[in-house]
Amino acid sequence: MSVITPLKTAAEQALSAQFAAAKAELPGALTVRKLREDAFAGFEAKGLPHRRLETWRYTDLRSLLREAAPLAGAAAVTTGVHGRLAALKLDGARLVLIDGVFVPELSTLEGLPEGLEVHSLADALVSGREDIARVLSGPGVASDDSGLMLNTALMRDGVFIEIAAGIELAQPVAIVSLASGDAERAIFHRSVVLAGEGVKATIVEISEGAGRAASQINGAIVFETGDESDVQHVRLVTRHVPETVQVQSLLATVGAQAKFESFALVCNAGTLRQQYFVRYAGEHTEIGLRGVNLLGGTEHSDVTLVMDHEVPNGTSREMFKSIIGGEGTGVFQGKVIVRQHAQKTDGSMKSNALLLNDGATMFNKPELEIFADDVVCGHGATVAQIDGEQLFYLMARGLPRAQAEALVLQAFAGEAVEFVQDEALRDLVMAEVEAWLGAREASSVVSAV
Amino acid sequence: MLEIRNLVVKIADEDKQILNGLNLTVNDGEVAAIMGPNGSGKSTLSYVIAGKEDYEVLDGEILLNGENVLEMEADARAAAGIFLAFQYPLEIPGVATMTFLKAAMNAQRKARGEDELLTPDFIKRVNAAADALSIDKAMLRRPLNVGFSGGEKKRMEILQMALLSPSMCILDETDSGLDIDALRIVAEGVNALRDKSRGFLVITHYQRLLDHIVPDTVHVMSKGKIVKTGGKELALELEKSGYASYGEAA
Repeated sequence: MSVITPLKTAAEQALSAQFAAAKAELPGALTVRKLREDAFAGFEAKGLPHRRLETWRYTDLRSLLREAAPLAGAAAVTTGVHGRLAALKLDGARLVLIDGVFVPELSTLEGLPEGLEVHSLADALVSGREDIARVLSGPGVASDDSGLMLNTALMRDGVFIEIAAGIELAQPVAIVSLASGDAERAIFHRSVVLAGEGVKATIVEISEGAGRAASQINGAIVFETGDESDVQHVRLVTRHVPETVQVQSLLATVGAQAKFESFALVCNAGTLRQQYFVRYAGEHTEIGLRGVNLLGGTEHSDVTLVMDHEVPNGTSREMFKSIIGGEGTGVFQGKVIVRQHAQKTDGSMKSNALLLNDGATMFNKPELEIFADDVVCGHGATVAQIDGEQLFYLMARGLPRAQAEALVLQAFAGEAVEFVQDEALRDLVMAEVEAWLGAREASSVVSAV
Repeated sequence: MLEIRNLVVKIADEDKQILNGLNLTVNDGEVAAIMGPNGSGKSTLSYVIAGKEDYEVLDGEILLNGENVLEMEADARAAAGIFLAFQYPLEIPGVATMTFLKAAMNAQRKARGEDELLTPDFIKRVNAAADALSIDKAMLRRPLNVGFSGGEKKRMEILQMALLSPSMCILDETDSGLDIDALRIVAEGVNALRDKSRGFLVITHYQRLLDHIVPDTVHVMSKGKIVKTGGKELALELEKSGYASYGEAA
């Protein structure tokens, strides 16, 4: 068999030139520089992820990225940015990234609770801390993803959060990442959350656009959580211009007897790939990944996840709900790996999609790779239309069609939203869902008239 | 008043004709019962009146107070006063019963140009109606019909009927799946709504329900048509003789 090395695309060539030009000024002590070099070499060997790679089959980044936008070098704090920050309704600490750069002046750093330490990623990269390479690398199953390699090579900033053992944070900590959108830019950011033993915390991650120009965003967040910790991650990706292309990677290594949950709401996000690489580092741990994707226009949302059960007695729950209209495309690729010694693994994976019209598409690809013999693992993937019987029932009670549909869709999405534990956050997520459904309802009324 | 004239209906995607020139009038204040064997088209009739889309009306008209409803969508028919109590009420996971009730009541009020109900007024009305039907308040907090027993679902239908206050009530096999006690509660709920301005069309297989909801008229339906009309004694007669003499075996 011959190995085909495709010619480099214009974007790949531009990325090589950008890395060569920027590597000297990108932050990092010696270990980090080596990490960047290795990652970029890995990226150059593989190129941008493309459809012939099984894990990127439905999101061909190579053809999506015709040109590489110039690297964002500094935060563009525009009036749009100020407007979005003022409009955000969030309790608790707020850590603000603009174009991938941490902006302390816009963040709430005073009066942080005891045991919560926040630095910029740039500071952490130059600090010379010994664990930096391990922390940044995350689970082994993430190691050959070239989207992530590109992030490692080019990450400029982000936040580095440490929560000391035993600390329970009463309020969420929010990482608010805005793309200023005053010009086309490529934004590479990464954040790290290190939670010690017994920590209880909620981390919110918001990715929004604040301007008109499309951004190319490559973000990553790394969680390392200790034994008996309980960490919830809630992500909102919204208000991006339709031409935005975005990759968001989540890497998590979770200790024993711990709980880790992530929920993501995606609406008005352009083209988005979310990828999850999760590793069980200890037994009797429960991990849940859930999300709601609301798609219209030509939007594209890809959720690809790998749950690596390395140890026995792990529980995993995945539930993703997609509502797809227009010519939107949804993708779910879920892989649960149960290694030979990971007996008594309990896994359940669900992806349910509702297609609202003929042009909408959903690709569902659940996979189980089980090497142990005493496990309970299942998956369910459905693609359907709104139930006509339910709709008739609601209409027969007087609800106009659009309102009846919105109620059914809200209930469909609500099943996953319910898992957001923090009440204020749950309300925030549900309000976004309702706004999206409301906009759809309004436009369908207009088109009916 | 409901008037159905020469109604011919087939299933939308099939050639199968279900109603074959059906004529029926239900006056205000009248309780009309329709009895007939399985497959005679009783449920189809109820769905077509309520506006379900799976059917194609080939001929005839359905007039509610003189207005043809066939061009209206189901929600407009509901706002005009038609209410169908379903044989199998749908479960809607994720939609709280109270949210649904309020949305339905306000949608109909809006369609009629009335103001929305204020929450305290709404809650007062729901509580009163629920008490009358022995509906546990905890049920109202659950998702609509999810995990409800057959009897609970039917009581919830009557609760909706009471709250929406329609002028034409159609009850499709409301007795199916009910035990004697539940049947009595449901029938009492219906009887409480009997009113000189409101018509009822009660569809049933069995005479049993008509012991509790005593009809003014009884129609026998067979092969998509009304084939005989009489008083309440006709139901008793059918109970003894069956449907065989109407050209169909029971």
